[in-house]
Amino acid sequence: MNSMPPPLIELTGIERVFHLGDSEVHALRQLDLRIGAGEYVAVMGPSGSGKSTLLNLLGLLDRPNAGTYRLEGRDVTTLTPDEQARVRSQRIGFVFQSFHLVPRLTAAENIALPMMLSGLAPAQRATRVAQALKDYGLENRADHRPDELSGGQRQRVAIARATIMQPAVILADEPTGNLDRTTGDEVVRLLEALNAQGVTLIVVTHDASLGARARRQLLMEDGAVRHDTAPQPCEAPT
Amino acid sequence: MRSADLIRFARDAATGNPLRASLLVLAMAIGVAAVVVLTALGDGARRYVMNEFSSLGSNLVIVLPGRSQTGGFNPGNAITNTPRDLTIDDAQALQRASAVARVAPLAVGTSEISAGGKLREVMVAGTTAQYLEVRYMAMAQGRFLAHGDWRRGASEAVIGAKVREEIFGNAPSLGQLVRIGDRRFRIVGVLAASGQGLGMNTDELVFVPVSLAQAMFNSNTLFRILIEANGRDAIEAAKAQVTDIIKLRHEGEQDVTVITQDAVLATFDRLLGALTLGVAGIAAISLAVAGILVMNVMLVSVTQRTAEIGLLKALGATGGSIRQVFLTEAAMLSLAGALVGFVLGHLGAAVIRHLYPTFPAYPPDWAVLAGLATALVTGILFGVLPARRAARLDPVQALAKR
Repeated sequence: MNSMPPPLIELTGIERVFHLGDSEVHALRQLDLRIGAGEYVAVMGPSGSGKSTLLNLLGLLDRPNAGTYRLEGRDVTTLTPDEQARVRSQRIGFVFQSFHLVPRLTAAENIALPMMLSGLAPAQRATRVAQALKDYGLENRADHRPDELSGGQRQRVAIARATIMQPAVILADEPTGNLDRTTGDEVVRLLEALNAQGVTLIVVTHDASLGARARRQLLMEDGAVRHDTAPQPCEAPT
Repeated sequence: MRSADLIRFARDAATGNPLRASLLVLAMAIGVAAVVVLTALGDGARRYVMNEFSSLGSNLVIVLPGRSQTGGFNPGNAITNTPRDLTIDDAQALQRASAVARVAPLAVGTSEISAGGKLREVMVAGTTAQYLEVRYMAMAQGRFLAHGDWRRGASEAVIGAKVREEIFGNAPSLGQLVRIGDRRFRIVGVLAASGQGLGMNTDELVFVPVSLAQAMFNSNTLFRILIEANGRDAIEAAKAQVTDIIKLRHEGEQDVTVITQDAVLATFDRLLGALTLGVAGIAAISLAVAGILVMNVMLVSVTQRTAEIGLLKALGATGGSIRQVFLTEAAMLSLAGALVGFVLGHLGAAVIRHLYPTFPAYPPDWAVLAGLATALVTGILFGVLPARRAARLDPVQALAKR
C-alpha cells in the first residue's frame, strides 16, 4: 500500500450519525472507500441509503462523526471551516439537480461566481468566462438571466461554473434529474468529456441507465457500500 | 473576495428585490429626514430668538451712574459713595474707544406736552442722532434728531407713536409746534410703533436733543450712556475700555456700572441649544426603529436566500465572505436611506423656510452629520445579527432548501 501513490479520495472508517429526536440514524456506517484520480464513479441506491450524505462529505459540506477523509493525500477532516472553504474553491466542483444558479446574475456572472469568491483578478476572470462560454456553446446566452435559459442551458451554465476553477473532482447530484432525456444525455456527454480530460467524476443518481454509463458503480444500501464494481482503483488516464 | 466585487454583489442583491430595498431605504430616510427637519426647527427657533434680541441691539453696552447695580439700601453707599455725575463729556470721551461703534447719551425726565389745547404728561428723553441706530429703531414719519454738536441742539422733537395718536389723532403732526415744559419744539419725526425695551415704552416717549433736555430739567447728569460695540466679539473689549475711560475721567474711581445684554443672550443660546439637542435625540429614536427594521428585513432576506447562501458556501465562500456580503448590503441600504433622508430633510427645511420666511430653519451641520452617522451605524449594527446567521448556515441544509 505504501508503494502506491495516494488515491485522490480515501475514506476510512467514516461514520455519520444524525439525531432525529431521541433516535439515532446511521446515515453512513464504517465506510471505507478509495477513488483514484480520473475515475468515473456512479453512486446509486434507494432513497435514504446515504448517497447524498456521502456526496456532502466528499464535497466537505458536512463533517463525519468518525473516520478520516484524505483528499489528495491530505487529511481534510481536521481542517478549519475556512480552510475547507478554500479546498472546495480550488479542488471541488458541484453540479446540482436543481442547477442552483443565482437568479439575479447573468449566465456569465454565474459562471464567474467561484472566481469572484476566490478573489481572482477581473481580467483573468473575463478570459476564462469567455473560454467557458465558447466551450459550452453559451456565447449568445452570456447576458441572459437563468429564467431566460432552457433547462439544458442552465445545467451547462452550472457545469461551466463547476469547472471554471479547474477542480480535481466534480460531484454531480442527479445532474439530469430535472431534464428531459435528450438534454439529459447532452449534459451527461459534457460531464463525460470532462472526465476524459482527466477530471474525476462522481455522479449520484437514481437513473440506472445513467449509472450504467459510469466505469465504476457503487451501490449503496443502509449507509454502506453493498456492491462495488471496481474494488481496486483503476489507472488514471492522463 | 475583492471589495469591488463585494460592493457589486451586495448592490445586485439589494436591487434584486426592489420592494424590500425601497421599504428599507424609506424607513431609514424618514429617520434621517426627521433628524434634519427637527433640528432645523430647533436651531431655527434659536436663531429666531437671537435675531429678535439683536434687533433690540444685542451689541449693546450700557453705562449707569453708581457702582452697584443692585437696588436696596447699602449703608456703605450711603456714607462713602457719592457717585460723580455721568456727563456729556464722559459720553463724548467714550467715542474714542476702539471697540465702540456708536455712543448715545440719554437724559430722562418727566414733563408735559401740550398742543392744540391737549395736555399730556410724558417722559422726555434727551439724546442725540446716534440713539436711533444704537437701538435699531425705525421712523414712521420724518427723521430723527439731527446730527451735530451735542452741546447745542435745535428745538426739534421726535415723538413716539402713542404720543402722536393721543395729541394729534388723525391730524398731521410733522412740522407742528408743541410745548414741552416751558419750551417750544417743532416735531420733525414720529417713531414707528415698537413696544417695550429697556424698561421704557418708546411709543410714549418724546425725544429732544440732550442739551435741551438737560436745560429743561436743570441738570447736567445723564441717566444712561448707550454704547454699541463693533460686534458681538467686541462686547467684552468695549466693556473693559469703557470702564477704563470713565475711571480715568473720574479720578481713578470706578463709580459707574457697565452692563451688557450679552449675558442674557448667552443663557438663551444655551437653553435653545439644549432644546435642539433634545429634539435631535427624539428624532434619533426613529433611526433606532429604522435600524430594527433593517435587522428584520435582512433576517427575512437571509431566510429567502438560504439556497443562495448554501450555494456560495459550496462554491468556496468562507463564512467571513458571506458575513461581509450581508453586512455590505445592510450598510449600502442604510447609506442610500441616509442620503435620501438627507435630501428629504433639506427639502422639508426649505419648505418651512418658504412658508415662514422670517423663521431661519436651517439644520445645523453637527445634526446632519450625526444623523447620517447614526443611520449608518445602526444599519450596520443591526445588520450584524442577520449576517452572522447567514454565515453560520449549514450548507447541506441550505442547499436542500428551494
